Amino acid sequence: MNKLLTMEELRELRKKAPDEMTARQTWDTQVIVSVGTCGIAAGAREVVTELLKELQRRNIKNVSVTKTGCIGMCEREVLLDVVRPNEDRVTYGRVVPRDVSRIVGEHLVNGRVVEGLVVGRISS
Amino acid sequence: MVFYRGHLLICGGTGCVSSGCKDIIIAFQEELRKKKLDEEIKIVETGCHGLCEMGPLVILHPESVFYCRVEVKDVQEIVDEHLMKGRPVSRLFFTEPLSLDKVPKYQEIGFYRKQQRIALRNCGFIDPENFNEYLACDGYAALEKMLSEMTPEEVTNVVKAAGLRGRGGGGFSTGTKWELCAKATSIKKYIICNADEGDPGAFMDRSLLEGDPHNVLEGMMIAAYAIGADEGYLYIRAEYPLAIKRTQTAISRAEELGLLGKNILGSNFSFTLKIKEGAGAFVCGEETALIASIEGRRGMPRSRPPFPVVKGLFGKPTVINNVETFANVPQIILHGADKFAAVGTERSKGTKVFALTGKLRNTGLVEVPMGITMREIIYDIGGGTFEGKKFKAVQIGGPSGGCLPEDRLDLPIDYDSLVQAGAMMGSGGLVVLDDESCIVDVARYFLSFTRSESCGKCTPCREGTMRLLEILERICAGQGVPEDIAKVEKLAYIIKASALCGLGQTAPNPILSTLRYFRHEYEAHIHDKKCPAGVCQALFDYRIDDRICNGCTICAKICPVGAISGERKQAHQLDIVKCIKCGICLERCPKNAIFKE
Repeated sequence: MNKLLTMEELRELRKKAPDEMTARQTWDTQVIVSVGTCGIAAGAREVVTELLKELQRRNIKNVSVTKTGCIGMCEREVLLDVVRPNEDRVTYGRVVPRDVSRIVGEHLVNGRVVEGLVVGRISS
Repeated sequence: MVFYRGHLLICGGTGCVSSGCKDIIIAFQEELRKKKLDEEIKIVETGCHGLCEMGPLVILHPESVFYCRVEVKDVQEIVDEHLMKGRPVSRLFFTEPLSLDKVPKYQEIGFYRKQQRIALRNCGFIDPENFNEYLACDGYAALEKMLSEMTPEEVTNVVKAAGLRGRGGGGFSTGTKWELCAKATSIKKYIICNADEGDPGAFMDRSLLEGDPHNVLEGMMIAAYAIGADEGYLYIRAEYPLAIKRTQTAISRAEELGLLGKNILGSNFSFTLKIKEGAGAFVCGEETALIASIEGRRGMPRSRPPFPVVKGLFGKPTVINNVETFANVPQIILHGADKFAAVGTERSKGTKVFALTGKLRNTGLVEVPMGITMREIIYDIGGGTFEGKKFKAVQIGGPSGGCLPEDRLDLPIDYDSLVQAGAMMGSGGLVVLDDESCIVDVARYFLSFTRSESCGKCTPCREGTMRLLEILERICAGQGVPEDIAKVEKLAYIIKASALCGLGQTAPNPILSTLRYFRHEYEAHIHDKKCPAGVCQALFDYRIDDRICNGCTICAKICPVGAISGERKQAHQLDIVKCIKCGICLERCPKNAIFKE
């Protein structure tokens, strides 16, 4: 890397630096994928991979992606929850990788729940 | 850049390295690759997290799940269960020593809850060899602020107003030291970082340099700017190879980026840094001896004044501060004096890092606000003594400090209160002693340390510590005479008053403080020829209680000198003439029929 000759250059470098640290804190907005044996059999791993790619494509960093075990509704796997501050926790069911971009674009970015896929809500 | 879902922080401090974290890192890398999770989870090797007792430590973010004592065989389970299927492995959670609760999250562990981290704020959270991670945590923001809007006088004034005092032990006001050096007229001045940490049990300097080296460098740059120095040395003992390696990496990186060198960030400020490896003499932690050592002379102190701020390295004005002192500086500049001064007591501001060791459950490194009580540190953070053992004393300040008994546990800790109580802050080593530790033996141990580390330049220290040690060894061997206590006291005060440097002046402290609080133990050794804790070998014998002994013959079989005899299923006898007091019979007796008398 080139030498930093001015303070402006240091500032620029610092602005980019947090990208590497983004997963080191829990953000208010979370996506939780249920990845029990049932979830994995239904394709949860592909959903997670697609989700990470989609977040990267859209350059969204303030979202925590976590996994959880089987939550009991194996019939509707893959289950994916979206938690946003001060909003209902929404559970989507039978999610397949091609739904991910819609969920991210509609719900995470614009705050509009993708009604067709919803299987449950927990009020905040 | 790949978007990682989670970061797996693996502690790479010296404590965890010695408990095997390197193998764990390799195992995780392999396992993640096998399960195709390597693009989802990133492995980060960090500096010390402080809870070295429980190492190797592994922390998974963003959930902040904290795993302790991870072994290579656990790696597969963590990857399969937690990383793959989202089920945390509860058997590796931290167990609270008192409530026995399993605590999954980092922030909720009692050991961390009571801490307040300023100097250690990034230790264990960032990769110390990755410059960008330090930058992301406000790294070099203080340098930037200082160069763009502050004059050297303003920097000194802020540090002075913050009330920062030297963390190496003496507790001299850092701002005043800088001010004195800034006033000295000289075209050349030096900054030295004292990382010659030699107290038995203390390792905060090492952890700071291993865990967040850029923070220390930034602190040194700020000090250099304040006093007008353009060259600095880090005096790190050669026994700290990892700290030296990481500091060197940090210096090289800063040089590449132009944060060290000429005209830093386009300003008029130029600064270069070098590492000087110390050969491990304890006396080189004393500032004038340290300077002599850098200059290539034998590490011996000289009399002061002139103080180093007037005439230091190569005869030029020099500021020497401890690692921890420098580590606090960037935060003071960045957030202002008031925020720093809001923490702590009236005359001791901010926080202090302590190395907790000895007979307690959670040993490790903790940073707590000044004014906290010893009880909070030992019981709330340290988890108290082991089951069935009674707290006896806490030794604070290493070989220069003293022992405090139980009734001093509620003393708020700061520089002045400790001196009043007969101990001193020192570099911050805390050794907890329980009822199995003999106070006289502890004093003897510390004195044998200072005696062998005495450089021999001045007579009170060279001869005095030797004579003191001889008397203590005699007491421990059961040959003490009643006049010994008065003799020890007199000699101790003479050494304290007449030794040349801090090493000699404080060497009698462990004896004086134990005589103050535990005189009865000395008297028991001298008058009754008894060691109440059963440590001094000459003062007790092993016995077999024939009412309890059921004649299992284990002790007779394992005794290396054949001192135990007896018929099967009959009470055994122990021949105290043959006995060498190795204690193995006591350890192995299933009935606890063997005792010390």
